[in-house]
Amino acid sequence: MLEVTGLKAWYGQAQALHGVDIRVGVGEVVALAGRNGAGKTTLVRCVMGLHRQVDGAVRFLGRDVTHTPAHQRARAGMGWVQDDRGIYSSLSVEENLLLPPKVSDRAWTLERVYEAFPVLAERRRASGTTLSGGEQQMLAIARALRTGARLLLMDEPSEGLAPVIVARIGAIIREIKATGAGVLLIEQNVKFAATVADRHYLISQGRIVNAIDNSEFGSREGELLKHLGI
Amino acid sequence: MNAVLQYAVQGLAAGSFYALAALGLAIIFGVLGVVNFAHGAFYMLGAVAAAVLLDLLDLSLWWSLLVVPVLMFGFGVLVERLLVQWLIRLDPLYNFLLTFGLTLVLVELVKQQYGVSGLPYRLPGPLRGRVDLAGVVLPRYQLFVLLFSVGICALVWLLMTRTRIGMIVRASTEKPELARALGINVGRWVTPVFGFGVALAGLAGVLAAPFRAITAEMGNNFAIILFAVVVIGGLGSIVGAVIAGFMVGLVEAFGQAYAPTFAQILIFVLMVLIILVRPAGLFGRKEATA
Repeated sequence: MLEVTGLKAWYGQAQALHGVDIRVGVGEVVALAGRNGAGKTTLVRCVMGLHRQVDGAVRFLGRDVTHTPAHQRARAGMGWVQDDRGIYSSLSVEENLLLPPKVSDRAWTLERVYEAFPVLAERRRASGTTLSGGEQQMLAIARALRTGARLLLMDEPSEGLAPVIVARIGAIIREIKATGAGVLLIEQNVKFAATVADRHYLISQGRIVNAIDNSEFGSREGELLKHLGI
Repeated sequence: MNAVLQYAVQGLAAGSFYALAALGLAIIFGVLGVVNFAHGAFYMLGAVAAAVLLDLLDLSLWWSLLVVPVLMFGFGVLVERLLVQWLIRLDPLYNFLLTFGLTLVLVELVKQQYGVSGLPYRLPGPLRGRVDLAGVVLPRYQLFVLLFSVGICALVWLLMTRTRIGMIVRASTEKPELARALGINVGRWVTPVFGFGVALAGLAGVLAAPFRAITAEMGNNFAIILFAVVVIGGLGSIVGAVIAGFMVGLVEAFGQAYAPTFAQILIFVLMVLIILVRPAGLFGRKEATA
């Protein structure tokens, strides 16, 4: 579904990614771990098309999208869940949900979203940023699902949230996987990632330094944690 | 009491011009990130266009209120396509310089064509004279300007809050990059938004035509006060632009009535006081984006 090969990225003269290869298959949840500044967010921004100073190739659903603008990638089926959740304060909860266009017939209806997230229905008229952190994260995920995205790019959805909310987000990710959509999940919390991911990549200084299957996670958890300095 | 009400209506009518023009400026800044310095010149063009249409084609104010904004929309689209778009990705300073230069060109062209003395403007009959409202005698035209502008501001507000276009404009204003990641083609809205903002400036010019001396220079002073309005309201804030517009009109009218020498200074004193208390303006967001 998503194939990134030899991806290099720069910020001006500084190179942030040095030839990254990753792959996300249909219905696969792939986690990406790494320290701060390792290039995780740069990598998803390149995949989404928000960072354009790149070299290499990004293929999505068999099409080369390396030079496709972000809004066209979104319309081709990429769903975006930003690291700061990216909720609009000048839009109501419902407008936040209605803003992105529907891109496939997998799109969730508003009714379905409200059934899955009753709190969003209750607060539908309120400004998006009056929600709590956990509710904003639900809104960000629901917004991506409402488009009918085939691949969700999620940047640290568990960050700063209470364990009970993190568990709820884990359940949602498994639900998304069950519908056949793929997820590329940036996650510092590898213990949480292990509850949802099929595979893990470890990124360090702009390079993928380790790739492990979730079945090996138990035996190789130490390696990951050591790399992350935890 | 009577005098106070008269000044208030006069101030609110003058404020209408600021409110409409500032609204256009705010929408353009929000979506394009361009501080359109030529807004005063577009306002002047609106007034000159109304005067020329009346003179050549005998088009009354009623028609000008409709025709001139449409013409100015077209002109704005042209300016955006031919000039502004090439500088949008660069430092905002470049578009500031461009629109400043454009102002000089437009002002000189109008001066060459129509001279420096003011063009005359004749009001349609029903808008002439005064109206007596329960003992308060007010010029009909000022009341008309006030009601008309409030109506237009309300329409723009409905457009911004009740339609999909408005939703996209708000989203692109607040977080343009995120809007693109959510599948919104922000670039597609840039040209019409610029044209719309220019049309609002032109509309303010038409309304000002019977009220002000119509000269090539009329936009210069207007632009300076307009920027005070936008700073007071909060750059990029639509509600702020409208409220600050009316506020500045009131300060100007009462200043001229009671302290004529300080009338202009008062507006900037107000601006400084507001910046001291709220650096982002009355309705500006704390994290100034551009």
